[in-house]
Amino acid sequence: MKKLDRTQLAARVARDIPEGAYVNLGIGLPTLVADHLPKGREIILHSENGVLGVGPRPAPGEEDEDLINAGKEPVTLLAGGAYFHHADSFGMIRGRHLDFCVLGAFQVSIAGDLANWHTGGSDAIPAVGGAMDLAVGAKKVLVMMEHLTKKGESKLVERCTYPLTGARCVNRIYTDLAVIDVKPDGLHVLEMVEGLAFDELQRLTRVPLKRLATAA
Amino acid sequence: MIDKFFPSAEAALADIADGATIMIGGFGNAGMPAALIDALIAQGARELTIVNNNAGNADTGLAALLKAKRVRKILCSFPRQADSWHFDALYRGGEIELELVPQGTLAERIRAAGAGIGAFYTPTAFGTRLAEGKETRRIGERDYVLEYPIHADYALIKADRADRWGNLVYRKTARNFGPIMASAAKCTVAQVRETVELGGLDPEAVVTPGIFVKRVVRVAASLQKAA
Repeated sequence: MKKLDRTQLAARVARDIPEGAYVNLGIGLPTLVADHLPKGREIILHSENGVLGVGPRPAPGEEDEDLINAGKEPVTLLAGGAYFHHADSFGMIRGRHLDFCVLGAFQVSIAGDLANWHTGGSDAIPAVGGAMDLAVGAKKVLVMMEHLTKKGESKLVERCTYPLTGARCVNRIYTDLAVIDVKPDGLHVLEMVEGLAFDELQRLTRVPLKRLATAA
Repeated sequence: MIDKFFPSAEAALADIADGATIMIGGFGNAGMPAALIDALIAQGARELTIVNNNAGNADTGLAALLKAKRVRKILCSFPRQADSWHFDALYRGGEIELELVPQGTLAERIRAAGAGIGAFYTPTAFGTRLAEGKETRRIGERDYVLEYPIHADYALIKADRADRWGNLVYRKTARNFGPIMASAAKCTVAQVRETVELGGLDPEAVVTPGIFVKRVVRVAASLQKAA
């Protein structure tokens, strides 16, 4: 089978973001989605530090320390963009105004519970940022992650063993192996990478998967 | 005549007492009032409670205040960063108390303090360990967590321009927590790049009206950044 690399995964998520959508991309891997949004679609990126209409990275030497994204990386502002304070920014999130957020994950449960902020280690320093607000606030919560841990364990689980970010909040999961919808009756496989059979995906995943008739 | 301009950061912070609760604006370095933090370090107040989104980056600004062991407790959403080594060492050594707050809840608790709200229900963190021990309530089809305001004695913020009445405008994403922190503290001190005559700010574009600001210190652009 041909696993997707990080760039291909970001491009796959980007393909599903429609014209006119307001979208928040989480820090880390989800930020890559911005580079792959289909040309010709007008999509407005939100960053929780108070900006709508986030544009691409500035050219070297053009960075402005007052214009950054949630990952504290320098960005630019598109024509039509706007700045606002933090309470308004999170009002947009909690108030269900964002169409999509894209988040990374350590684990997602079959019920759509998300764990992405804490490994649970007693010596780990916890940091949550805006993840819990995005998990409950965006109209659609998209997760992108590797299907398996480095040890080969499924990151799709019956119940999250890591501390939760949000309960029953994930709508769709993009992994390097498959695209999977979280539905009230379980996990539905929409797509698999080339050369991967459903039975093999099921064997790797451990938790029950449903196969959509249209899934390749 | 109302004149909120102060001659120096030192003068603007002279009355901060030990044990004060101080909000510090900024998201990472954007909007961080570096000159005011340097003055706070020089001023000497101890046993402080600090409210900021982060817990200091590298060796300057808030990180330097932490390193000087002047902070008893910090409320923030995202302490752990690649360059948060001073916080990390204090936390692991049990030398600082951390109240970890989801970022939107942090912002809303600050806003609530400034707006006279007694408490509020938010869906954020329901069912997670950050809601453990908190009152919850089901309203309609959703579950919510009760959260209380965060008040402060001082807010130290950075804005772009001010007039002598304390009206403020900000610059780009350096705005972040500034406007809400200004409203939540008994005494808000703003570090600004430029001061203007009354009437010099477009009243349609004022972000923080002067009622929320007690003191303004102009800091030359070259000194705005952390040393």
